[in-house]
Amino acid sequence: MNEMVLSMRRNLGQTRLNRRQHTIIASTLAAAFLLAVIIAGFLLGNDRINTHLEARYMAPSLQYIFGTDWLGRDMFTRTIKGLTLSIGVGVTAASLSALIALVLGLLAATMGRVVDTAITWMVDLCLGMPHLVVIILIAFALGGGMKGVIVGVALTHWPSLTRVIRAEVLQLRAAEFVQVSRRLGRSRYWVATRHILPHVMPQLFVGLILLFPHAILHEAAVTFLGFGLSPHQPAIGIILSESMRHLSTGMWWLAFFPGLLLLVIVRAFDILGDNLRMLIDPHSAHE
Amino acid sequence: MKIKTLFSFLIRKIIRMLSLLAVLCLLCFWLMSQSPIDPVRAYVGADMMLVGPEQRAQIVEYWGLDKSPVEQGIHWASALLNGDLGTSLIFRRPVGEVIKERFLASLALMGLAWVFSGVFGFLMGIIAAMKQGSWVDRLIKWFCFILASTPTFWLGLLMLIIFSVWLGWFPIGLGVPAGMLVSDVTLGDRIYHLILPALTLSIIGVANVALHTRQKLLDVLNSDYVLFARAQGEEGRVLFWRHGLRNVALPAITLQFASFGELFGGSVLAEQVFSYPGLGQAIVQAGLRGDLPLLLGIAIFSALFVFTGNLIADLIYQVVDPRIREGAAI
Repeated sequence: MNEMVLSMRRNLGQTRLNRRQHTIIASTLAAAFLLAVIIAGFLLGNDRINTHLEARYMAPSLQYIFGTDWLGRDMFTRTIKGLTLSIGVGVTAASLSALIALVLGLLAATMGRVVDTAITWMVDLCLGMPHLVVIILIAFALGGGMKGVIVGVALTHWPSLTRVIRAEVLQLRAAEFVQVSRRLGRSRYWVATRHILPHVMPQLFVGLILLFPHAILHEAAVTFLGFGLSPHQPAIGIILSESMRHLSTGMWWLAFFPGLLLLVIVRAFDILGDNLRMLIDPHSAHE
Repeated sequence: MKIKTLFSFLIRKIIRMLSLLAVLCLLCFWLMSQSPIDPVRAYVGADMMLVGPEQRAQIVEYWGLDKSPVEQGIHWASALLNGDLGTSLIFRRPVGEVIKERFLASLALMGLAWVFSGVFGFLMGIIAAMKQGSWVDRLIKWFCFILASTPTFWLGLLMLIIFSVWLGWFPIGLGVPAGMLVSDVTLGDRIYHLILPALTLSIIGVANVALHTRQKLLDVLNSDYVLFARAQGEEGRVLFWRHGLRNVALPAITLQFASFGELFGGSVLAEQVFSYPGLGQAIVQAGLRGDLPLLLGIAIFSALFVFTGNLIADLIYQVVDPRIREGAAI
């Protein structure tokens, strides 16, 4: 026992700095990569995604690193632009979802038992159906398009973050400084905005970033199925569903690279969120 | 006493489930009534040009489309309580029949994937935790994190590219061979067409169980009683059999039951990629072609499916876990 504790101490002493450095480096790299993709999405011109019939069906090469499609469009440019669009939609939807979670979490923790029960019930309701099915229904009811996807994703992703915020606020409410502040005659509103909200912000921020990957994956999936963005918008789901029609002709690059980059983007958001959480909440750093 | 507590627990759960289901049905119906799709057009399909105003009025009257949404809702709900889900517009058959047939196909797919992902995920989690910090652990963790970020439909496309296009082992899509009567399809054909989608879903499903099991087993291994067991000289496999397995098996099984929702969502995507004629493909067709009764029917069925999974997970915790069981008796 003693030896174990000692060796643990020694390890901690040696690696504390390194682990923190590791965390900071990982999140910086992930953030830089994501920024690069988004900036590239805005900077890349439309020239390479116009039809170039002389350069159709080109396998990946140095000139076209992701190859070209049946209209001679550069797949790299299309992928980057599609991903930028998907990130935009996913981030918007996740932000709305986080806003819902913040409001519901605060209400559940502060408005008494009836509201708390009602919100728990809503969480159960939301978890009672496959999310993909709910998003399909909502997108269908809103007639498809970007609005449908954003509303659908926003209305399905709030439960987990709501629980986190509710637990955090409950803990804060019991904290001594909040009790003292109330006894000193501060209003509920004052306590909520000056004491509780600032302490919830880090959790909310990290929770928001950890919602991005799910939101982006769901957006891509719904668009892939045909309920999301219209075929005229070059979203990543559209690119992948178009590629299905050309699979049997052996044009593997149409599906492989766009999906791979989508995976990397989603993973980068995950790494960013996890590492930021370790910086903000050191307890979670211990696996 | 014990059976009584269990019974009341079950009753409470089922009442809660029914109330949630009822509200979900209402919400779904309300959502559908907001849809901008013209039901008459969806019903008639491509022959819309041939339908005159009188005929249109007849169709509207026949389907009760001229009544208010509330009246339609009440009519639909009362039919639903009698087990009548209406008629599918694209299959021209009762929705209940379509769901039953499609669900059997989906059940084979989801069941296989469920068992395989559960078994392999569990094994991977155990291996990773027992070898914590080694390269095996790192490899498994890395693999699971990558899988968690992988779009299901993209993995399906990769499978198609590798096994169907390059190797030519499997046909591209279709749950049964093309141009064959349903009665001629053998069990072998069905299994043959099931392999790729089931493999895709299994691989995707592994990550969750593996990471969860790894974490639970690490918690167990860091506990005082394992420390004591180690002090007595137990190690490796013996230690795991005596102290690990029973503690990590239960969370893994309940997690598998509680993840029916993700399983269903995954099967929607996998069925679409592999053109597998299951429930998931049906809901996509229903949505794209405006088949309201079928869409509603499958949505409600999927909710029922998820609720069943959650109920089983709760029950297992209540019945199987000796700690909770004895806690209830005290």
